[in-house]
Amino acid sequence: MSSLIQGKFSKWETVIGLEIHAQIKSNSKLFSSSSTKFGSSPNSQVSLFDAAMPGMLPVINEFCIKQAVKTGLGLKAKINRYSVFDRKNYFYADLPQGYQISQYKHPIIGEGAVTIDFKDGSSKDIRIVRLHLEQDAGKSLHDQNPSKTYVDLNRSGVALMEIVSEPDLNSSHEASLYITKIRSILMYLDTCDGNMQEGSLRTDVNISVRKPGEELGTRCEIKNLNSIKFIKQAIEYEAMRQIKIIEEGGIIEQNTLLFNPQLGKTKPMRSKEEAHDYRYFPDPDLLPLKLEDDFIEIIKKDIPELPDERKKRYINEYKLSNYDSSVLTIEKSISDYFDQVLGCHKDLKKSAKLVVNWITSELFAILKKNEVEIHNSPITPYNLGQLVKLIISNKISGKIAKDVFEDMYKNSLSPEEIVNSRGLAQVTNVKEIELIIDQILKLNYDKVNDYKAGKTKLLGFFVGQAMQISKGKANPKILNDILIKKLS
Amino acid sequence: MEFNTITESLEKINSNKISIVELNDIFINRIKKNKNLNAFIYFDEENISQQIKKIQSSKNNFKLKGIPLAIKDLFCTKNMPTTAGSKILQNFQPSYESHVSQKLLDQGSIFLGKANCDEFAMGSATNTSYYGNTINPISPRGSQLVPGGSSGGSAAAVAANLCLGATGTDTGGSIRQPASFCGVVGIKPTYGLCSRWGIIAFASSLDQAGVFANNIADTAILLREIAGYDNKDSTSANREIPNYFENLNQDMSGKVVGVPKEYILPDIPEDISKIWEQAIKSLERGGVKVKNISLPHTKYALPAYYIIAPAEASSNLARYDGVRYGFRSEEGTSLDEMYELTRSEGFGKEVKRRVLIGTYVLSAGYYEAYYIKAQKVRKLISNDFNEAFKECDFILTPTAPSPAFPLGDKEDDPIKMYLNDIFTVPASLAGIPGISIPFGKSQNGLPLGIQLLSKHFDEQLVLNAGLYLEKNNV
Repeated sequence: MSSLIQGKFSKWETVIGLEIHAQIKSNSKLFSSSSTKFGSSPNSQVSLFDAAMPGMLPVINEFCIKQAVKTGLGLKAKINRYSVFDRKNYFYADLPQGYQISQYKHPIIGEGAVTIDFKDGSSKDIRIVRLHLEQDAGKSLHDQNPSKTYVDLNRSGVALMEIVSEPDLNSSHEASLYITKIRSILMYLDTCDGNMQEGSLRTDVNISVRKPGEELGTRCEIKNLNSIKFIKQAIEYEAMRQIKIIEEGGIIEQNTLLFNPQLGKTKPMRSKEEAHDYRYFPDPDLLPLKLEDDFIEIIKKDIPELPDERKKRYINEYKLSNYDSSVLTIEKSISDYFDQVLGCHKDLKKSAKLVVNWITSELFAILKKNEVEIHNSPITPYNLGQLVKLIISNKISGKIAKDVFEDMYKNSLSPEEIVNSRGLAQVTNVKEIELIIDQILKLNYDKVNDYKAGKTKLLGFFVGQAMQISKGKANPKILNDILIKKLS
Repeated sequence: MEFNTITESLEKINSNKISIVELNDIFINRIKKNKNLNAFIYFDEENISQQIKKIQSSKNNFKLKGIPLAIKDLFCTKNMPTTAGSKILQNFQPSYESHVSQKLLDQGSIFLGKANCDEFAMGSATNTSYYGNTINPISPRGSQLVPGGSSGGSAAAVAANLCLGATGTDTGGSIRQPASFCGVVGIKPTYGLCSRWGIIAFASSLDQAGVFANNIADTAILLREIAGYDNKDSTSANREIPNYFENLNQDMSGKVVGVPKEYILPDIPEDISKIWEQAIKSLERGGVKVKNISLPHTKYALPAYYIIAPAEASSNLARYDGVRYGFRSEEGTSLDEMYELTRSEGFGKEVKRRVLIGTYVLSAGYYEAYYIKAQKVRKLISNDFNEAFKECDFILTPTAPSPAFPLGDKEDDPIKMYLNDIFTVPASLAGIPGISIPFGKSQNGLPLGIQLLSKHFDEQLVLNAGLYLEKNNV
């Protein structure tokens, strides 16, 4: 397998399981009606319950339950009709109750799976163990004062879904594909905004190494990674660290680690001996959660077309490759854009691959250069569709199209407007092209002789000259045909 | 004028024979004369007069207009501090009113003050309060008896006529046992009948609000006002609340009373066995059929209770950490030290004991052996009652294994203290309603209590049976 890592003495396999903490997209918290808005002033979104005032009780937010069930359906997972909220007990300044309400033995969602796709067209299923609901903690702010720590409880009690995978991932690349895929599904479902910078998606990585075919090694857990880049770096560093220890005759200690992005290294947070005993027990303030079939059926109707289904549609209807299809579908906004482009004209469906190329090369490049998101693109899907239409109907050449494209981006104009106002329509008139060719052959009669003497490579030179005179507008095929005929 | 019942006082208030001020002054003066009982943690005349003004100026048709009540200091109150009898909540002023106390305020009652209780309701003698112990008003001259606990301040206040009724909470007997010790009526309703919102939690799966009064009629009136669904409490039951008072009916003929043989203990004092027998005889005379029943898992109730309640308490009390409100130790140089010192200084001995027991029974390696096993026992006890109620309509037992005992007794022996709950705990574990009514006297002339238990949400039946026994006391 290509994902094996070469150590000093042998090859090693990395075994990775992920716990993704996805913040549920919901206006209010899991057990209180406080707002979940990001970036508000500290402690402005805290109810009596969120601050764990004496005598306050949790009341489940039904919308969060719907979002979790919707996510479970999207992950093709088992929806548990019976689940239980437990208390996970530990002390910390930003955990007001002294416990987190979570789900331990009976999670709301059971086994599921997601598929990740590789560039070579192959794919791999990653099994999901469970998804459970839990409260987020508040935030301790250590950098506001040299000697004090401040606590912001705005995040306290916000609903999280913890999605736990089996240790089915074998490289940092697979891990990144998996997270990207989970994020994609959540965003299609609209159950999480997927905003990793704001902490809406945070990941704990469980990682161990072994020689292929051997028993699983001792694992370490890297806590709270909030970007795909850091996840990859952390996995790569940690795998090498473990391999080095084992190859030097050492043993791996089951530690909880933190990743320092500045140094690119993991460092121990606590050892197995120092691990918390969370003293889980069912929260007596909440009754077990029982879901009726009707409740689930209604949510089922609300499930949109998901990336895998869209991908299949692209492969079947547009004959796109598996890889192209997964690149398009991984980001809902890209896929939506693509669908809108194709929706402009029926002829575009036959040229779907051309549309893909325009999106993934020209459009991506210009958006990235200008740091613009695809859903804010100045080039609308309709205009891009019109541009491709001009190409496939031979109105303009691909080369001219790139020029038009730049202009479309700058001035938000339609391609027709640009082509007409700048006179960029392709010349397909044979007589017109013949005139140009006659002109350049006359000017370069010495090279014509060389060509006829066998230097046929000069054809490119003649084409270039003719194009220059036509300002790039001459239809290249017609130009080529006439040239060859005239030179023979 | 005597004025020791709600029915009589309401009648006088509504017919303008006495003003709200005059009525409350009677009780305020009694409280001032009985400061030695230490029934109240908070009492402030100015606060009372503000409340009275508000009621007088309102034109609402109140059901408890001007009725002076005592509120156990476990109920959060917006206009009075709330301490749960603990140093860790000294001077804590909630910004909210508990659901139950709000309902009482909505009916125009007057809160005379916050009644003393065992710290976080953990105790059976109201001697674990940081604010000093409460004295039982029935103490013979020259002696100091405990009022029972944890709602001992409430029971004592009602017994001494310092108020017309009081709220309490009952987790394993904290209403019924002090009612028995003080010679008043105390009811613990079905788990879920009253909202727990705003009541400081001890053991959430057992805690239930209830009331004390001088007789069954008053108890019925108060119970109706505090009961009812609350969407802020997920364990609150959404059902119609009967008019317990209007439905009172002491005709018990044709009913079947169950007498559980497991409650006949070898070392039970003779006077208690005697009044139990007398109560049975009294019911028989009223046409009640007596049935010997078995609640086979009774002996496991107390151990199971002393696992489940501390387990929940250890978690419920984690929020008292000095970070956001309440007492915080000024010593300590790290977060962990602040926690340690705050909780060491802020909690009393009994609370610490139970938090430690609870932490232990939930910890890895012990959870299955203790907590899970205790939950299984709880289920069996619940089933015992379900089976029993196939044979009988209600169950009759003593409330406590002794009359009120002298202050200081059993203090160095927690197990002896825990045995106070032996008759009350099974009903708590099963979540069924239980009432204690004064019945007979001990050989030393101290009040004794009889406990009546019925099916979930059949409070009316124990009130009716209680009324019968009240009228046909020995």
